[in-house]
Amino acid sequence: MAEVEETLKRIQSHKGVIGTMVVNAEGIPIRTTLDNSTTVQYAGLLHHLTMKAKSTVRDIDPQNDLTFLRIRSKKHEIMVAPGNLAFHFLVKSSFYFAR
Amino acid sequence: MNHRPKSHPEIYPLVLTTKTQEIFNCRIDEDITDEQPYKLINKEDIFEDLRNRAAVSDFHPVKKIVQEYPGNELLLVYDKDFKYGLNFYLIGTEEGKENYLNPPEVSEEQEEYKEYIPEDVYIYKPPVSKPWVSLGSEKEIEEASVTESTKQITYMISRKRSEFGAPIKFSDQNASSVKDAYIECTAYPDKNFTLKQLEKDVGMQVIPQIKDISTQTKWTYPKNATTQYYPREFSEEEKETLKQSKPLVDFLNNASISVEIALQQNEITNTFIDDWKHLAEEEGTFGDKTDTHLKEYQSFTDLHSPTEKMITCVSWHPTIYGLIAVSVAVRLSFEDRVHFSGKLLLQPSLILFWSFSDPIHPQLMLESPDDIFCFKFCPSDPNIIAGGCINGQIVMWDITTHADRIENVKAGGSRSKKATLKPMFLLEPESNKEAMYIRHCAVSSIENGHKKVITDIHWLSDTFEINRMGSVFENRSGICCQLVTCSHNMFWDIRPQKPLTPQTTEKKKEENIEIPFDVPSTFLHLDLSWKPLTKVRLSKGETSLDHCPTKISLKEDHLLCKTQDKVLAQSKTAKAEEMNPYHNLESGMPNLLKPIDDFCTKFFVGTEEGEVIYTDWKMEKDPETGRLMPKKPVSLHTIHDGIVHTIQRSPFYDDIILTVGGWNVAIWKESVMTGPLLQSCCAPKRYTSGHWSLTRPGVFYIGREDGYIDIWDLLEKTHEPAQSQNICITMITCIKPWIFSSKQQFIAIADYYGTLHILEIPWTLSRPSTNEMTSINHYFEREVKHLEYVEQRKKIREQEKKEMEQEMAKKKVKIYQKSKEQMEAELKMDYESYLELEKTVLINLGLIKVTEKGSYSDVM
Repeated sequence: MAEVEETLKRIQSHKGVIGTMVVNAEGIPIRTTLDNSTTVQYAGLLHHLTMKAKSTVRDIDPQNDLTFLRIRSKKHEIMVAPGNLAFHFLVKSSFYFAR
Repeated sequence: MNHRPKSHPEIYPLVLTTKTQEIFNCRIDEDITDEQPYKLINKEDIFEDLRNRAAVSDFHPVKKIVQEYPGNELLLVYDKDFKYGLNFYLIGTEEGKENYLNPPEVSEEQEEYKEYIPEDVYIYKPPVSKPWVSLGSEKEIEEASVTESTKQITYMISRKRSEFGAPIKFSDQNASSVKDAYIECTAYPDKNFTLKQLEKDVGMQVIPQIKDISTQTKWTYPKNATTQYYPREFSEEEKETLKQSKPLVDFLNNASISVEIALQQNEITNTFIDDWKHLAEEEGTFGDKTDTHLKEYQSFTDLHSPTEKMITCVSWHPTIYGLIAVSVAVRLSFEDRVHFSGKLLLQPSLILFWSFSDPIHPQLMLESPDDIFCFKFCPSDPNIIAGGCINGQIVMWDITTHADRIENVKAGGSRSKKATLKPMFLLEPESNKEAMYIRHCAVSSIENGHKKVITDIHWLSDTFEINRMGSVFENRSGICCQLVTCSHNMFWDIRPQKPLTPQTTEKKKEENIEIPFDVPSTFLHLDLSWKPLTKVRLSKGETSLDHCPTKISLKEDHLLCKTQDKVLAQSKTAKAEEMNPYHNLESGMPNLLKPIDDFCTKFFVGTEEGEVIYTDWKMEKDPETGRLMPKKPVSLHTIHDGIVHTIQRSPFYDDIILTVGGWNVAIWKESVMTGPLLQSCCAPKRYTSGHWSLTRPGVFYIGREDGYIDIWDLLEKTHEPAQSQNICITMITCIKPWIFSSKQQFIAIADYYGTLHILEIPWTLSRPSTNEMTSINHYFEREVKHLEYVEQRKKIREQEKKEMEQEMAKKKVKIYQKSKEQMEAELKMDYESYLELEKTVLINLGLIKVTEKGSYSDVM
């Protein structure tokens, strides 16, 4: 239990990380550092996308599997680490890379 | 003529001439008026007239009627409207007369009706039928008509009545079974119309299997449907239990590794670079070489001046767009000036303010006692201008009262429009009204000032002040209040604030001088009594000669371009105080000022002989005499072949200085005193002016004496200019670029004939490439290293040279030690060895017989 907390804390404390979320296989958030409405929205949307990405990779090559998914937009970057049990979402911002 | 109305047969229109009118007293408008337009005339009078004038009488046509008239008096009515055709009419019956005089009370309808039947009463006559005359129209009708050409056939069909209306039975029948039941036109392939397709373009795509299913539904009207939902969430206890489950922990451990790798990747590189855009930026500056010429934008010439003038100095107004100030001087040599000095006194020497909106009239003209050779706007208040004259005086102007005139120059389009429509000779009186002569505020005192023309003038930055010793203090007043001028003899510091002399005597002097009322009293305390604060002399060492400085470059001047915003903010705050601090200068210097210790008081000076001197203005006490002496120059280099007319610091680097003089250009770095970083080779034409570019660190502009401008780009070529463009036909005297916006940059070029050309700098020359600053930095560092290397090589070479000389000296010494006897002994030995050699050769050839046996064995 302490391990989980510690891991999540470590990830959250990286530079530029806005929020972290852990979601179960059905898309229900378990742990989050964002507020409730944002969490629910992200979980709902990203769950479908991750499923789709995973099935795409599997369709192309059944031996293959999705390891990591990154969505880079103008303002943020969303990182998804899938697992068989749960998914780990990370929302990261880019502000400190401005020249 | 006579329109006898048919409805009134008693009315006889008449013409009565004036004679007749007089006879019968029925003159129009005298006897017969509008109220009484009629006259009763006796029958006897008419008869008499008839007898008298017979056929000539006007009553002749109605003679019979008059004779038949029953009564005695006839009514003659004036027909004003010519209702019956003539100007009078006679009523021929008694009843008519009565009717006229006493109009009966007839119903109005009848009267109206009678009135509406004017002259011609139209009586309807029914048409009488006449026999028809053919005019050819029946032929046209015949042609147009349609007639039956054939007779119509009639059929009569009959049937039994009972058979009508019976129920009908339909049956099928094959058409081909009955003969002639149908006529067909079979289709056959006609060869004329067949097209053979030789090529077919087909596209194919693999798609997954598609299944299309559709059903038919019962569609009713559209209805709004809503769903309400809430997300599934775990409760707190469930979350806790899950957290503790092992699979979650394992998953997190695995996942966090990849997450951390991803995060580190993001930290290492900038993931948000758009490579496409960055690619375009780098190529834009090099590839776009289509337009590299300076484009002519406008040019200004003073058309009203009687003598030929040349432009000596140009300066853009620091705040107002489109305003440029130009100082003009008469184009005469010294002898000619002396010769024409009386004539020159009558003409005012001017600084003209030109604006882009009006190319013919200058906006303002500042008057000065003599020709101005250099001038500058005060950086903290653009309404104060200081200029240096040809006679060594410094002149100050204050144009605060006229500031609104030049600020609204762009908006005052109506004035300029009027001016351009009128021809030139009409503009003379107007121009005097529009561009006013503004007299100077103050001039420096002639005895204590320069003795020769002032070639350079600078405002000291408002961050520091200088006292009489040359040490630097901080400036609390927040404005630029000190000047530095440069003349052939010496150069000095001037402070518009009063030095320690008491004010009372000065005031008395002022009272004696009459001041014109429209000159502001800003610098009244200085007028004609202005003394320099300190003087710095550049002595040439042991000799009592001095250097003749022409231009100087101080530490802080280069920030004038970049800190425009700062200066504006300062001037704005100054104005906000309601009193311009320049108007309060009479208060004198504040006494307690904090000295700035580590201020660099060194500066560059260029001289008439082409030397570049780096020296210090701070005075030090000479230990022997106890007087204050200026320090010796730190370094002195004679690089240029002619007078140094430009020393300028780069707007990008603190310590890079450009010097232009004679036939070449040099770039210096302040800390490196061994020599210039770059020294160009001699150019074919003399260089007469130069300026750094304001936006590109490696570009500078040099003007030549044949009217060409050389544009140097240190990144392209360092041995010659990158571009050369012809501007005018004569010597270029001043170059000043200026930035208006990120897209618009202008460069003002002044020439010897008095024309100021404004050109637009193209995109390539104004926009720096992405790494230009760092590249130029590298270049300068390389040059510094090169200089150091050269120095070291020099030393090494010197050493080598010394060694070589020593060796040579030693060798020479050795040779001379050999005496004559030794030489002879050596020669003899050589000869003997030669004889032996000859012997052995001959023996080998067999030409000499070996007589001694012993020697044979030796030979063998």
